[in-house]
Amino acid sequence: MPDLGKYAAEVALAYGVSLALLAGVVLLSVRQSRRVKRSLDEAEARRTDG
Amino acid sequence: MSLWEYANPRKFMGLTDRLVMPLFVLAGLSLAVGLIWGFFFTPDDFRMGSTVKIIYIHVPSAMMAINIWAMMLVTSLVWLIRRHHVSALAAKAAAPIGVTMTLIALFTGAVWGQPMWGTWWAWDPRLTSFLILFLFYLGYMALWAAIEDPDTAADLTSVLCLVGSVFALLSRYAVNFWNQGLHQGATLSLDKEENISDVFWFPLLVSIAGFVLLFVALVLLRTRTEIRARRIHALDARERMA
Repeated sequence: MPDLGKYAAEVALAYGVSLALLAGVVLLSVRQSRRVKRSLDEAEARRTDG
Repeated sequence: MSLWEYANPRKFMGLTDRLVMPLFVLAGLSLAVGLIWGFFFTPDDFRMGSTVKIIYIHVPSAMMAINIWAMMLVTSLVWLIRRHHVSALAAKAAAPIGVTMTLIALFTGAVWGQPMWGTWWAWDPRLTSFLILFLFYLGYMALWAAIEDPDTAADLTSVLCLVGSVFALLSRYAVNFWNQGLHQGATLSLDKEENISDVFWFPLLVSIAGFVLLFVALVLLRTRTEIRARRIHALDARERMA
């Protein structure tokens, strides 16, 4: 860990919150993508069966 | 082969199926290299101390916040002029990424500003135009969510995007238009021979590349999701009519 001196809290806060926000948007996008893909597969299967 | 071929959802899905995962891997690698290099292996600035390390997040996210709106402007214009659905859906898919980037830029700016300027916030031209851009992103997403008919939603959000482009441009050029406020001039400029010292510049470039790649990967993934959601909507409508 580098010595961040008297600004350690500010730098850590900036990195922590930013990385959490980036991880959040990636996770939400992947989760939404999987959910919608599953729903479409089900809808297509219903259509084929019907 | 014409670029317009990819306005066909089937072709778009076929091409992007092969691209999304490699783009996520490249984005992850670039971000890891850029941020680890910047955080662990660059010196403190003689005036700003260790807060200079915030540059590796603040500058790329601010750049992306503006450029994502510019991408939404282009795709909205394509929708308004040529009525390609993939284009409108790409704009819709980009907005949540843009709002995240704007929030990161505003937050890191405030955290950086407090020790340097003595205040978290000032009604400075660049900061204010960025806040308005953030509100435009929220309004754009709310408008998509509020209108049921997808074509009407695409029309109205495209017009909103045109209006918001004024603020996206202002947030980029505000420091040049008004020679006042706390925010410094542009960190990156093609006019200057050297923007910042090389020791900060190279990790910053890698970090910017990581943010760009992450955006491209995310926007492709999210556009694919929107296309699938539109297909579900169409199948449901067909089922109801049958």
